[in-house]
Amino acid sequence: MSKLVQGYEVVIGFETHAQLSTQSKIFSRAPTAFGAEANTQACAVDMALPGTLPVMNVGAVQRAIEFGLAVNSHIAERSIFARKNYFYPDLPKGYQISQFEIPVVQGGEVSFFLQEGKETVRKTVRLVRAHLEEDAGKSLHEDFVGQSGIDLNRAGTPLLEIVTEPDMRSSEEAVAYAKELHKIVTWIGICDGNMQEGSFRCDANVSVRKPGAPLGTRREIKNLNSFKFMQQAIDFEVRWQIEQIEDGHAIEQATVLFDPDTGETRAMRTKEDAADYRYFPDPDLPPLVIAREWVDRVKSEMAELPRVMAERFVGDYALPDYDATTLTQSKAMAAYFEATAKACGQPKLASNWIMGEVSRRLNAADVGFDNLPVSSAQLGALIQRIHDGTISNNAGKEVFDALWQNATAVLDNSKALAEVDALIEAKGLKQMNDTGALEAIIDEVLAANPKNVEEFKAGNAKALNGLVGPIMKASKGKANPAQVNALLMKKLGS
Amino acid sequence: MSKPLHDQSLRELSASLRTKQVSAVEVAQHFLARIQADTSGSFLALNEEATLAQAKAADARLAAGTGGCLEGVPLAHKDVFVTRDFATTAGSKMLQGYRSPFDATVVQKLGGSLDGAAGMVTLGKLNCDEFAMGSSNENSAYGSVKNPWNAARIPGGSSGGSAAAVAARLTPAATSTDTGGSIRQPASFCGITGIKPTYGRASRYGMIAYASSLDQAGPMARSAEDCALLLSAMCGPDVDRDATSLDVPAENFSAHLNDSLQGVRIGIPKEFFGDGLASDVRTAIDAALKQLEALGAKLVPIALPRTELSIPVYYIIAPAEASSNLSRFDGVKFGHRAKDFTDLVDMYKKTRAEGFGEEVKRRIMTGAYVLSHGYYDAYYLQAQKIRRMIADDFQRAFAECDVIAGPVAPTVAWQLGEKADDPVANYLADIFTLPASLAGLPGMSLPVGLGEAKMPVGLQLIGNYLQESKLLNVAHQFQMNTDFHTAKPEGLS
Repeated sequence: MSKLVQGYEVVIGFETHAQLSTQSKIFSRAPTAFGAEANTQACAVDMALPGTLPVMNVGAVQRAIEFGLAVNSHIAERSIFARKNYFYPDLPKGYQISQFEIPVVQGGEVSFFLQEGKETVRKTVRLVRAHLEEDAGKSLHEDFVGQSGIDLNRAGTPLLEIVTEPDMRSSEEAVAYAKELHKIVTWIGICDGNMQEGSFRCDANVSVRKPGAPLGTRREIKNLNSFKFMQQAIDFEVRWQIEQIEDGHAIEQATVLFDPDTGETRAMRTKEDAADYRYFPDPDLPPLVIAREWVDRVKSEMAELPRVMAERFVGDYALPDYDATTLTQSKAMAAYFEATAKACGQPKLASNWIMGEVSRRLNAADVGFDNLPVSSAQLGALIQRIHDGTISNNAGKEVFDALWQNATAVLDNSKALAEVDALIEAKGLKQMNDTGALEAIIDEVLAANPKNVEEFKAGNAKALNGLVGPIMKASKGKANPAQVNALLMKKLGS
Repeated sequence: MSKPLHDQSLRELSASLRTKQVSAVEVAQHFLARIQADTSGSFLALNEEATLAQAKAADARLAAGTGGCLEGVPLAHKDVFVTRDFATTAGSKMLQGYRSPFDATVVQKLGGSLDGAAGMVTLGKLNCDEFAMGSSNENSAYGSVKNPWNAARIPGGSSGGSAAAVAARLTPAATSTDTGGSIRQPASFCGITGIKPTYGRASRYGMIAYASSLDQAGPMARSAEDCALLLSAMCGPDVDRDATSLDVPAENFSAHLNDSLQGVRIGIPKEFFGDGLASDVRTAIDAALKQLEALGAKLVPIALPRTELSIPVYYIIAPAEASSNLSRFDGVKFGHRAKDFTDLVDMYKKTRAEGFGEEVKRRIMTGAYVLSHGYYDAYYLQAQKIRRMIADDFQRAFAECDVIAGPVAPTVAWQLGEKADDPVANYLADIFTLPASLAGLPGMSLPVGLGEAKMPVGLQLIGNYLQESKLLNVAHQFQMNTDFHTAKPEGLS
């Protein structure tokens, strides 16, 4: 049962435009570089000069195949390019070349984990299709008084439009889907994923209904270019639609824009002004024929996919699904995990550290896994020393901080171990392994806290915490918590 | 005394140039002088400086012995081929004064700027129906063209300027394009030879699109032999610039000109010889077929049962594609833009209302209609289905024959203005050229006599895919035994 909002079920479908990472445009040889001076990246074909014709960029097709394989889709042996006809100044031909009736990628699914309360739930969103198309140019309204400028640099940039079934039931699910999709396209390298530059743009189709009722009328929120705005926009839209319905108004199909300043969605156009695009097969482009061998070759050359890698992590390293999925967030993160796990032989500890302390530090410093100042050999050495009881987990954080500050990024395992040992020594972090000294501390603490001892003996297990804390403190953090626990149990006779 | 330059064939001109009897500059000047003196309206753009510069370059290459296959021989281009040296208007006010930053592939291949190109010298640009839409050349924004055989008659269209210029000896050769008959019909009406190759043989890059799935470039000249030389230079794969370009190697179309016609089976479609065919045309065609029989060919009756349907099918598909192809003429980037407008939509409306002529507007409206929601299946999709059936009919026919022969048009060239207010009458006159266009087959027209008012009659030959050589062979053998192709319009110097 999905989560309801004021008794309404939320239904969301996505259309995502992923800009494909080709060097040149989808139907011309002009470069796709972002941020260049206006109209310097547009050739005669992009400007639709008389006599020009489109020719398919094989690299864009290759990327569509890679995407289809990554999400378990059917790659159409034969797909058709169609013209979507409408007039707009930044659309040089007066039509956009897209795919309409027969797209190149058909079906497929995207799975991800979602936190629902305390539980981690696996969700799957079905894809309807993904099709190749060209981007339009841009109208520049700011720089010209009483006139508009047109920049055709973006015209003809290859896009893969990825369309889902209306399978999402909350804004959280929608954002989780978008993040997972973002991960897939950047992982396989078909899109740079830069949302600010518009390389990954999402449109969300949102409707609400009473549970069991047919689908409500949807409104499409256009161009959501950050995960944060995505959630805000959908939440606002859901509240707005419910309010309308509760007030007795019918929802009218519309395209809306989200204004991050007001946090509201605002209708751009309604169905009445919807254009008749007069789609028809583009006679300039023969059907796109993809031989089975091409698909097989792409498959054999593709890097391990995140979901395949996650499954392998579960199998090879006995990690929980959640860990495996989190660690395969990016190629760099996954690679760092595998190297660390191999260096220390403790995959679960490595996973905990990478998802925990390492990620925290990276986020705080706004650094990615590929620019991490602590090498996997160093983290592996550190974990090794935690595992063998030399230092506590907390002391490990101090060592990690030192490694981060020093940023030596030593790659050799034995050198890293020597470095970690030297740090432990210098900082005096070694755990107390002298049972006699520890027992003395414990006896002291037990004597000073008779109330906790009494409560524990009366069956309140939590009272033990009131004892462990002071013991760790008295040992200046050097006591091995496992050892403390074992000794305490012995002394308390349980 | 040798033949005047304007009566020489391409091979003769080429020989004159190679043996230095005449220079390319002299040849160009000779034809430019004829063009200056002409009042037919065939030429839209001249650029004497550019022409003579090209001719000088050709002379240099001739002197160095590095020239192309037709080095220094002049030609002129239909105004739908974009050219750097000449304005390109496509016969439309929309593109008045438009200068392309690049040359069409066909222009490059025939010209002298690229290694391996033919080395021909461009005399200028030729009048045509606006965006190649029409069969009389009366839809040009720059005025109609007079038929050299009779100044009161149309030259045919849409390549009317090309056909008239060749017939009037203003140029020994011209490029032209055929979407529904625009090479064959004007060639027929002006008594010259023209061939439309298989769809995809000649690159469409730089050819301003009318109906992309039908448009095909081809040459016009006085003889099949000349057409073969031109066609060999024009064709060849251009897959990096035109995705519909056929990836088959360039061919020497002159190789089979002299093959015997003994046993060649010529299919005669009964649908091409019905009541609609004017008797003067029929008489000339029948005589031509007899001549071919005399040369050893065998006439075989065949059926092309959907011939009549090709008219509605064509007049759905071509306008549909045109309505979209012509959307780029919106006043934003190039070409005409209305002077006064209130907002964007007003700018679009006024620009297009002012820039396009009646027939172009009519076809854009028709095309937008047949593609619109709710009508697409009934018109466009249905037309595509019948188009495939028409292509299948041809394949059945070619099981029984090697070449199909019949009239190009039901009548000879009509009077200027005669059908100007009757678009449907114009459309119906395309009946014999449309089927081969819809099927993407090669077709040609060669002069086979004179009909009513001493106007030329053309015989149409249609071949199977990539069988241009066969058509040129049949036409050349006919021309070796007749002299219709050398006949000059009365009074022409």
